[in-house]
Amino acid sequence: MELRVLVLAGGLSYERDVSLRSGRRVLDALKSTGIEAELHDADVSLLPALQADPPDAVVIALHGATGEDGSLRGVLDLCGVPYVGADARTARLAWDKPSAKARLREAGIPTPDWVALPHDRFSELGAVAVLDRIVSRLGLPLMVKPAQGGSGLGAAVVREAADLAAAMVGCFAYDSTALVEQYVAGTSLAVSIIDLGTGPSALPIVEIVPRDGVYDYAARYTAGLTTWHVPARLEPSVAARVTETALGAYQALGLRDLSRIDVIVSEDGEPHVLGCNVSPGLTETSLLPLAIQAAGVDLGAVLGALVERAVGRARRA
Amino acid sequence: MLNRLGSEQGATSLQYGIGQGTIELREQICEVMSLSGITGASPDDVVVTVGGQQALDLLARLFLDPGDVVLAEGPTYVGALGVFQAAQAQVRHVAMDADGLVPAALEEAIRANPRAKFLYTIPTFQNPAGVTLSAARREEILDICERAGLLVIEDDPYGMLSFEGDAPLPLRARRREGVFYCSTFSKTFAPGLRVGWILAPHAVREKLVMMSEANVLCPSAFAQGAVTQYLTTMPWREQIKVYREIYRERRDALLSALEDLMPAGTTWTRPSGGLFVWATLPEGLDSKAMMPRAIAARVAYVPGTGFYADGTGRGNMRLNFSFSAPERLREGVRRLSGVMEQELATRAVFGGTGPITPQRRRGSAAGDAPGPDLA
Ligand SMILES: Nc1ncnc2c1ncn2[C@@H]1O[C@H](COP(=O)(O)OP(=O)(O)O)[C@@H](O)[C@H]1O
Ligand SMILES: Cc1ncc(COP(=O)(O)O)c(C=O)c1O
Ligand SMILES: [Mg+2]
Repeated sequence: MELRVLVLAGGLSYERDVSLRSGRRVLDALKSTGIEAELHDADVSLLPALQADPPDAVVIALHGATGEDGSLRGVLDLCGVPYVGADARTARLAWDKPSAKARLREAGIPTPDWVALPHDRFSELGAVAVLDRIVSRLGLPLMVKPAQGGSGLGAAVVREAADLAAAMVGCFAYDSTALVEQYVAGTSLAVSIIDLGTGPSALPIVEIVPRDGVYDYAARYTAGLTTWHVPARLEPSVAARVTETALGAYQALGLRDLSRIDVIVSEDGEPHVLGCNVSPGLTETSLLPLAIQAAGVDLGAVLGALVERAVGRARRA
Repeated sequence: MLNRLGSEQGATSLQYGIGQGTIELREQICEVMSLSGITGASPDDVVVTVGGQQALDLLARLFLDPGDVVLAEGPTYVGALGVFQAAQAQVRHVAMDADGLVPAALEEAIRANPRAKFLYTIPTFQNPAGVTLSAARREEILDICERAGLLVIEDDPYGMLSFEGDAPLPLRARRREGVFYCSTFSKTFAPGLRVGWILAPHAVREKLVMMSEANVLCPSAFAQGAVTQYLTTMPWREQIKVYREIYRERRDALLSALEDLMPAGTTWTRPSGGLFVWATLPEGLDSKAMMPRAIAARVAYVPGTGFYADGTGRGNMRLNFSFSAPERLREGVRRLSGVMEQELATRAVFGGTGPITPQRRRGSAAGDAPGPDLA
């Protein structure tokens, strides 16, 4: 049977350009496997298009809130259009870093200790006193980031207590709730996980080496600021532990089809899960395609199989 | 109009032309310049360029060697900074006030940089500051440059977009020697056509043409044909009057919205033409750090940092009033003011409103967040 897929890309976010690149890549990959695919933005013309000519499935190549916070997935559910990837509820949980971390901790998956606080608590209780408590409880260095967000925007490493206030101000420009967590010195890793119907399996681990130490927005999207190693340069036993932990995180969060788990392995070889991405970047240089390539599989074949899974789920439902 | 271009000039407009640009267009350009008060210019001394941008690039190639110093207003046009940076020159900014470049500041800059290659200036409705060099100061600035033997590059894309009578005469209308005059049809006709020009002193015109030929062979014959058609067959003077009316109304709307809605401590320029207002934020606010809030509130501005070569400008932003209708401008200012209030509140909570230094700094090419389009 000939399948027709709508690839959603663009959206109004900082990651619009990245999304458009992801979208075109997905489009080419799907077409190469004989699937009929079209690109569409997440704008006012989307729902009329879905209604006029419903596709068999949607592939979401949108990054940022629209693609990841579950809301668009909820709308697709309303329209009865199946899509590849985590369902709306799971995406919402995964998008909110404090919620995702709480779920991981319940499941016994290590994640850096943290506190999440909205802006208003600081104004009510006095920022100095609250920050003081945070530092004495979590220690230094700290990582500050928006509770919801991506691409490293608004994130900052804080090495001295005196710098914490500035990091909070920077973070609150992106979100009204800040996540402050213990900084883990170690190696940043991305573990891509795919489930083609036989259970989740991990692709080769990607090791991220940002030139300036932090994998922030500039490091991600400026040529030359980051190098990658696939597979990661880890002891086999450490790599195995990382993979196992990432698979545990995938299951604990209730993810589906494909996802990328962000992990830091500390100097003692212990993995710590930072979070996940339900709509990972799919450009030529994004982490998941790097992993797929290293695994020697074809992106088109993987996406084609995931599309068929999504269509199958909808039929059974 | 383009149909006519196709049928009447189809053959030539799809061919190579001469590097200097078509004689028809250069004659028209002299007409256009005479409206601004530059009379008696010879089409021979006009070099047609691929937009004002290539004009700047050619002049930079002509004059600049790595390490050379260029004097320019602070803030100045971001595209010029890009050109000077590509030429590996260093830009020293010269202060402006409401009447444009400050003569004493220019003298000081020349003393500090006696080997500066030229002064790059946008004297009329400056991008981004919106201010205009007063007539009296024009003479002073020219005298200072002449005494110092400093060449002047006068960039004048906006001179025709005046809201209050005619702009002061261009520098080139006051002195023929030592002044290179650049302009473009981007702001008065169509930026997509990429047609601009340089009026150069005779002695160097030929060099500019040779460099342009090495660079692009010749400017697009099709685009030049379109501009020539426009200038010869369309009521373009009336069209510019229409723009002036529209933009004046929009400027008024923006200025009165700023007056009514901006938080205390904010100041801004009051342009008498052009497209831009330059705002200075209350102490402690950082236009770049505030961008994510502005994007979330769906209001656009350009952080001041892009308009300086030295990373200053965090306390400033450029507001463009030409794109939006008066009601939209007011709504934009309302949102912007909300964004500023929130940021001020957050800064107050976290220890006063003093400047907060960003955690880490990289070169300006690798900002901490994606930058907006600065043109
Ligand atoms: N607790 C932490 N300790 C050390 N590095 C961290 C920590 N949290 C994040 N980072 C670094 O910052 C990057 C981005 O953080 P992440 O939580 O994945 O945010 P985003 O959702 O924006 O990608 C990570 O890839 C890692 O390199
Ligand atoms: C001062 C100034 N010079 C030159 C230009 C370049 O214009 P173009 O290359 O479109 O002709 C601009 C455009 O914004 C400008 O503001
Ligand atoms: Mg991440």
